[in-house]
Amino acid sequence: MEGSIVQMGAYIGAGLACMGMGGAAVGVGNVAGNFLSGALRNPSAAAGQTATLFIGIAFAEALGIFSFLVALLLMFAV
Amino acid sequence: MAAEEHGEGLAFHPMDQFIVRPLFGEGDVGVFTITNATLWMALSVLAIALLFIVGTRGRAIIPTRVQSIAELAYGFIHKMVEDVAGKEALTFFPYIFTVFLFIVFSNFLGLLPMAFTPTSHIAVTAVLAIGVFLTVTIVGFAKNGAGFLSLFWVSSAPLPLRPILALIEIISYFVRPVSHSIRLAGNMMAGHAVIKVFAAFAPLVLISTIGIAVTPLSIVAITAMYGLEILVAFIQAYVFTILTCVYLKDALHPHH
Repeated sequence: MEGSIVQMGAYIGAGLACMGMGGAAVGVGNVAGNFLSGALRNPSAAAGQTATLFIGIAFAEALGIFSFLVALLLMFAV
Repeated sequence: MAAEEHGEGLAFHPMDQFIVRPLFGEGDVGVFTITNATLWMALSVLAIALLFIVGTRGRAIIPTRVQSIAELAYGFIHKMVEDVAGKEALTFFPYIFTVFLFIVFSNFLGLLPMAFTPTSHIAVTAVLAIGVFLTVTIVGFAKNGAGFLSLFWVSSAPLPLRPILALIEIISYFVRPVSHSIRLAGNMMAGHAVIKVFAAFAPLVLISTIGIAVTPLSIVAITAMYGLEILVAFIQAYVFTILTCVYLKDALHPHH
């Protein structure tokens, strides 16, 4: 009985951890949207900044990946 | 679900594709066992070697198709290293180019049906990320000595804030290999799992009338996800490489 409650908690926690992915989605969308609005104002400078764009997206995405990691750990490791 | 009532349809688990199995026969996976992961890593190394041996054999002024692909890849990464990490970082260009090619070929070969993606395993990407982390740390201390520690001491911030920022910088420095490896493995694993989830719904039309609506939808979804995965396979290799360049720049010029 006790084990099943622990497992239920782990599954609920894994589901809750997936909310973090929404945060990552907001962050990545914010980076890309702001890049686009800047790029449309000054298209000649945009091409040189794509590397910065991807670095920004990667850092924003990393935190969403951590929530994915937490979900995986709860599903398979706990 | 209708499929479960019939006891077929959803017969496979979406994560089954990531199981590491011995290539010959059954049994446990040891350190020296030849597994499907070994096979696909070897295949990607072979493909890279083939591309560059065939591509550079002619060395024509007007390149053939294979030669221009090899030149394009070389020039792309060379420019990235020079732009992001600076001229001195070109010493590390062979290492960065090797990492990029291994990741991009593993990702693309893993997209073949029935293939295995080595980069979907944290074990594989962690080795790559720890290699980058150790390289960056050793290069940083070798080039700057104790001056490398100024990376953690943000001299542009107000003095009372600096110890707190130093703590945050140190934590973020040691989290780097974690996020570096899990970003690649997580993206690969999640994309392939989503394709398999839709693939599990595709044969529903054979066992239930609800499948008439579900099957075309899931086939369209598989196609769309596959297109997205081709994009992700390249972008994740690019992101891994460009972050390596960013970390290398920190090691070569630690002053903020």
